[in-house]
Amino acid sequence: MPNSQMTPGIAPGRLPKDAYAKNFSDLHAPLDAHEAAVAADRCYFCYDAPCQTACPTSIDIPMFIRQISTGLAEAAATKIFEENILGGMCARVCPTETLCEEVCVREVAEGKPVEIGRLQRYATDAMMEKGVHPFERAEPTGKKVAVVGAGPAGLSCAHRLAMHGHDVVILDGREKAGGLNEYGIAAYKSVNDFAHREVEWLMQIGGITMEYGKRLGDGMSLADLTGSYDAVFLAIGLGGVNALRADGEDLDGVLDAVDFIAELRQADDLSKLPVGRNVVVIGGGMTAVDAAVQSKLLGAEHVSMVYRRGKERMAASEYEQELATAKGVTIIYNAQPVAIHGDGAVREVEFEYTVEEDGKLRGTGEMFRIPADQVFKAIGQTLEGVPDGVAVERGKIVVNEHGRTSQDGVWAGGDCASGGDDLTVTAVAEGRDAAIDINATLMA
Amino acid sequence: MADLTSNFLGIKSPNPFWLASAPPTDKEYNVRRAFEAGWGGVVWKTLGEEGPPVVNVNGPRYGAIHGADRRLLGLNNIELITDRPLQQNLEEITRVKKDYPDRAIIVSLMVPCEEQPWKDILKAVETTGADGVELNFGCPHGMAERGMGGAVGQVPEYIEMVTRWCKENTKMPVIVKLTPNITDIRKPAEAALRGGADAVSLINTINSITTVDLDAMAPEPTIDGKGTHGGYCGPAVKPIALNMVAEIARNPETANLPISGIGGVTTWRDAAEFMALGCGNVQVCTAVMTYGFKIVEEMITGLSQWMDEKGYTSVDDFIGMAVPNVTDWQYLNLNFITKAVINQDACIECGRCYAACEDTSHQAIEMSEDRKFSVKDDECVACNLCVNVCPVEGCITMKQVMPGELDERTGQKVPAEYGNWTEHPNNPGNTCASGK
Repeated sequence: MPNSQMTPGIAPGRLPKDAYAKNFSDLHAPLDAHEAAVAADRCYFCYDAPCQTACPTSIDIPMFIRQISTGLAEAAATKIFEENILGGMCARVCPTETLCEEVCVREVAEGKPVEIGRLQRYATDAMMEKGVHPFERAEPTGKKVAVVGAGPAGLSCAHRLAMHGHDVVILDGREKAGGLNEYGIAAYKSVNDFAHREVEWLMQIGGITMEYGKRLGDGMSLADLTGSYDAVFLAIGLGGVNALRADGEDLDGVLDAVDFIAELRQADDLSKLPVGRNVVVIGGGMTAVDAAVQSKLLGAEHVSMVYRRGKERMAASEYEQELATAKGVTIIYNAQPVAIHGDGAVREVEFEYTVEEDGKLRGTGEMFRIPADQVFKAIGQTLEGVPDGVAVERGKIVVNEHGRTSQDGVWAGGDCASGGDDLTVTAVAEGRDAAIDINATLMA
Repeated sequence: MADLTSNFLGIKSPNPFWLASAPPTDKEYNVRRAFEAGWGGVVWKTLGEEGPPVVNVNGPRYGAIHGADRRLLGLNNIELITDRPLQQNLEEITRVKKDYPDRAIIVSLMVPCEEQPWKDILKAVETTGADGVELNFGCPHGMAERGMGGAVGQVPEYIEMVTRWCKENTKMPVIVKLTPNITDIRKPAEAALRGGADAVSLINTINSITTVDLDAMAPEPTIDGKGTHGGYCGPAVKPIALNMVAEIARNPETANLPISGIGGVTTWRDAAEFMALGCGNVQVCTAVMTYGFKIVEEMITGLSQWMDEKGYTSVDDFIGMAVPNVTDWQYLNLNFITKAVINQDACIECGRCYAACEDTSHQAIEMSEDRKFSVKDDECVACNLCVNVCPVEGCITMKQVMPGELDERTGQKVPAEYGNWTEHPNNPGNTCASGK
């Protein structure tokens, strides 16, 4: 008998075969030409536009939307890529509801912003589908730069450096480039292997070499890099995961959410990916939402996402929370894990209700248990593998506004560096800005 | 509900909404559907003389200007007069009029500029029971090349001559339809009046090329690689039509000449505006070609609701009411001073007013650090551009600086008395005693 949502324990193929393609299809269908024209027409072309100010990469949003409205989607794409070479991915994963679209004057006026994210996707797709790369590399400078990490920050930095004519080597520990774009976000936000295609498209600039399976501290030291390259950019992300520090964390079925998401993203056949009948996700960020929603889409019968603080404190935006509940996830607020129960494998998670008083969280003493065949921990990632000699504060590499670390000739950006807010778009901005500073330094 | 009954030249119709001479009125089938939908009258599509009918192009006949959501803003056509046999049209007109005696049927006519063809066709039309005729002196394409339509309408003497022939040869009311493709609309209207016209109708379509196909490098609509100018109509032409109507209505020579208003009438409000400027009724075409005949329902309920609100019991109550307020620039009161005021509660801070004023006008809007926009009274000339570019209706308004108050821009107190350019000291033509 085939598996179903009711099959106990952890099992693959809980849904009919054809359900997976539908469940993991594009979260937002792309706009067609007419929809894009109508959506673009809603833009007021604001003076000193708030959306542009809110964009971490400062894309000239009114201008690219105007270009779409006059039938110039590719010119619009160029406008976007000038500031954000990963504009295609950002159009899919940016929490626009808390960035450009939140401050859109039409959101303020009528609660219905111009659909900036979807318009950005319309423009960037138009150019990328043609395989056109809008930029040309400057004459080679003879300078060599090492970029450690092929995630958004690393790719952005590498591309900008390559544009300036420098030779760039990207070193990444995994088998594929893209970082969280490839391994870390929900599949329905990046369908049809988009993360991979975007990297290939980006590499068309030339002058960038990718080396896989290369990790700092694993036969490769920062000193090696600073010795052989004119500059080094660290974009190593957050490699560690916070522990729950609750009894039973070592039981079978208790996993890191990031590993589950990475496995799902790399799976060739989602019907073969096992998922629990009862899934509990612990955490309140985007990773928690991505793990919870995708568990549900894989066929879990019950998925609970439990967050220790209140709704308004949740890092996942209200939009993301609504997405989760719309997909059938139950969100429980103000509950912290106390213990994970089971015999070999997890059976239940025990929580204690909490209250927050003056910013301090405390348990109320009232307990409850949720059945669980699988538990995903999504309570934050931590910095790992920082080379000696690079200053770290509060779990991040210390950088100044140009991305310079405490060590000469070494820059850093993205989630591993201070100052950001762990968003793809911020990482892109930091990589770009560090590249501009590296270029200025090398050419001085 | 207000009484919408219309009496135009003695022609009665249940409402003042007629369909203009055009494709929607080309045949019995369409006209019956129009009357069933509630239209007060039709001007039957232009008949030509007896004999083989004209031939239309078999490629596209229309070109269009669209808004972003494909809202049709302007339409252009290169269709000719009816391409169906005269006898068939006459029989159909007779049948429809018999079945709808309470609706107006006017027959549009266009024959060569000789008296006999006009005599012949008037006689033929009289047999149908139609209520009147409209002389098509406006069609700007095709027929004009053959010395008819717009070619007649552009020569006041021809208008007068043909109108006179018609008045001498029929008892039916004669409406002269004018072309806007002239420099001064008053001249053809005066000519029509001299010829004895009972009314004028305007505007016919405007010479136009709507778009150029940049791949084919040809104007649209394109027929086998070529295009020709067509006649432009639809909402886009309404302002032009309103001005021409007003020019005739306020011209002392033609002030009493009845007008049937045409040009972009799409809603009850458009109709009311034409009528306020002196039109006894309106004729509609593009709106029905876009949405179908049913829109008349909105026009009927809209006009009567508005009339009820205003206390008008008959359309005659408001026809021409706005005409006395149309004047020449030189008589506008230069002592009437206003300033723009931005309602901060309604403002959505898009900054369009600022961009418009700062870049293109008078630098009279200030933008604060925290993105608040306010008017600098000492720079504001009250041009109204900010009001027009503001996306929020009613957010920016013009407030009058009352007589005796200071106009911060000029540093002068606002005079209490009316003062226009003719008596202004800066006017070199000013002959009034102004101190010199």
